[in-house]
Amino acid sequence: MTKSNFTRRGVLKTGAGASAGLAMPMFFTASSAAAYTNEPKGGTVTLGFNVPQTGPYADEGNDELLAQQLAVEHLNGEGDGGCLNTFTSKALKGNGILGKKVTFVSGDTQTKSDAARASAKSMIEKDGAIMVNGGSSSGVAVAVQGLCQDAGIIFMVGLSHSNDTTGKDRKANGFRHFFNAYQSGAALAPVLAKEMGADRRAYHLTADYTWGWTQEESIVASTEAMGWETVNTVKTPLASTDFSSYIAPVINAGADVLVLNHYGGNMVNSLTNAVQFGLLDKVVNGKDFQIVVPLYSELMAAGAGENIKGVLGSMNWNWQLQDEGTKAFVKSFGEKYGKPPSNSAQTCYAQVLLYADACERAGTFNPCGVAEALEGFEFDGLGNGKTLYRAEDHQCFKDVLVVRGTQNPTNQYDTLEIVEVTPVEQVTYAPNHPMFGGDEASLGTCNPGA
Amino acid sequence: MDSFILQILNGLDKGSAYALIALGLTLIFGTLGVVNFAHGALFMIGAFCAVTLQRLLSISHTVIDETQKDFLGNPLKVEQPYVIDWFGPEIGNGLIEWSVPLAVIFAIPVMVGVGYAMERGLIKHFYNRPHADQILVTFGLAIVLQEIIKYFFGANPIPTPAPDALNGVVNFGAALGLEVTYPLWRIVYFCFAAVIIGAIFAFLQFTTFGMVVRAGMADRETVGLLGINIDRRFTIMFGIAAAVAGLAGVMYTPINSPNYHMGMDFLVLSFVVVVVGGMGSLPGAVLAGFMLGILESFASTTWATTTIPGINQVIIYLVAIIVLLTRPRGLMGRKGVMED
Repeated sequence: MTKSNFTRRGVLKTGAGASAGLAMPMFFTASSAAAYTNEPKGGTVTLGFNVPQTGPYADEGNDELLAQQLAVEHLNGEGDGGCLNTFTSKALKGNGILGKKVTFVSGDTQTKSDAARASAKSMIEKDGAIMVNGGSSSGVAVAVQGLCQDAGIIFMVGLSHSNDTTGKDRKANGFRHFFNAYQSGAALAPVLAKEMGADRRAYHLTADYTWGWTQEESIVASTEAMGWETVNTVKTPLASTDFSSYIAPVINAGADVLVLNHYGGNMVNSLTNAVQFGLLDKVVNGKDFQIVVPLYSELMAAGAGENIKGVLGSMNWNWQLQDEGTKAFVKSFGEKYGKPPSNSAQTCYAQVLLYADACERAGTFNPCGVAEALEGFEFDGLGNGKTLYRAEDHQCFKDVLVVRGTQNPTNQYDTLEIVEVTPVEQVTYAPNHPMFGGDEASLGTCNPGA
Repeated sequence: MDSFILQILNGLDKGSAYALIALGLTLIFGTLGVVNFAHGALFMIGAFCAVTLQRLLSISHTVIDETQKDFLGNPLKVEQPYVIDWFGPEIGNGLIEWSVPLAVIFAIPVMVGVGYAMERGLIKHFYNRPHADQILVTFGLAIVLQEIIKYFFGANPIPTPAPDALNGVVNFGAALGLEVTYPLWRIVYFCFAAVIIGAIFAFLQFTTFGMVVRAGMADRETVGLLGINIDRRFTIMFGIAAAVAGLAGVMYTPINSPNYHMGMDFLVLSFVVVVVGGMGSLPGAVLAGFMLGILESFASTTWATTTIPGINQVIIYLVAIIVLLTRPRGLMGRKGVMED
């Protein structure tokens, strides 16, 4: 007869202890001896690329992923080095980051906040990602930024254009290279006034979520400051596909400009519908009717086809720029993938290099050291001209492009032409600007995690 | 007055798509008793038939144009479609430009085949299962189909324009001194929908095959007892319903550039249309499609959205609730259908 040492009470105690241990977030257990979350111990360091690989922005996300893979190659000294050759900071040597070979893992945000948080969490907890980069939605960016702040990880925002990302929702561990809705308005309004006149009547159709609201607010403010009148602002459901019933009232509202605060499929459909209804052929108030798309991307422009011809908008960057950084990146990307990069690809590529450079300059992967190195950092050679990572809100300040749908494209990638490179001074605002959370907005304190 | 007429036109145009999809859904439900959540995917596949034909007609060989440069500064590679080589620039470009109307012919056999394969390969195994099982399996099928389309065609919308001759706007109010301009292709779409709906009703009303199908919809068992292979006829009806959804998708491509998700966008609305019209009622589906299209159009006017913010987003569901509370069978629902 054997005697068991297990007792009912003992098993219950052990089970409760084990359950509590398993339930504890991994951030607090995985590296209790480490100075910060996911401190790299071996010869490699892992970056986490969180982009939409499925869902409506999958093509945009895949372009971001290609650019980030290229950045990793360049950091490890492979390929032609790309912007490492043009970047004004010379801390990166093509030998990884702080001597460690760079590897990466990728997650699928699905352009859904909960899925994006889950994939970021998995990359941090299971794969040991030291930072998270990328994405194509402001709602997702704000959600992942909050997660990274709590986890003690640096988050480099991808394509997020809402003022809130570095406004009321700014975080000490979050950084944004991409421009924002305020900057779109500040860059576009003078060009609109110059090309269309200062006495226009604008009608806004706006995607009904955080990005749409902040863009509408920004464009209304900047165009009204130029003398335009806002006739109406109508919110459209994000799930809308046919905008014809929203377009029809525009014609009878006495408006002579339609502003489409839409992105992705929404923008492609609303612009197509507006052109189908002959808006661009109309004369209202004695003026030619005009359409404005404040935020453009190359992939959207391709989706809208011929409808985009002559329509004004703004961009963070375009492959047709002629500075050395752009030329180096376009050559690298184009030779590897056979197509020019989108502006979301460029922002993600630049951010990987900026993060790596900050680690080198700080001499550590500690997120607080990296954040300090990024704050107030001025650089050039990555394609956007002279750029500042402002310390107060972690927003990049650089020139903004005003672009127009190409009238006579020469090839399939010739969809947008650059109308003006708006100087950074014109798109700079105070850190406590009311559209960015006012005096209440705060970065909080940097969280190194473990 | 201009605005009123414009919204009516808009509603009829929206209603055309709803009615065509709902008609197919009702045909399948009325004949086979299957709640087909993959019907939106058939609409989407139809749209991609147009994309496929456009791409087939645009299959090209590369010609190097030394006078132009690509984005890397290399001599530009120009794609020259084979149809231009074979038929000359006028006919070749014409074929590519008219790819959407031509895709109607291309899509009919494709969609009948897809419908037949779907019914024989999967759905027939769920005839005697609860509606919940049917919904789950067809919804799953819809997701699989849209992921396949995304794999081959990508996630971004693909521009599929109408021929130049059918682009532009028509001024409806010119004779009355009004300014009611409306896109020509949308008028074409409405007329096309009217012809398809008329053809389906005529087929069911005036042919022996249609008579048997209608009898089967009313009492399947009795028709079977008469020695008629009603299952085979119902399978054919599934193929026809798939073709109707597919043709609706083909002709919709110039209105909104097709993307892999477009079927799901229409699916829920089309089910509301079917329920409001009355489960199993073909005239009900058509009537409800146009009615809800017009209501949705008016609910999106500036006056409506400023008077009741958000009304444009809920109007269809609000009407569905009211109709179902007052007429639980829907507008033209038959007694005994979807009732214990």
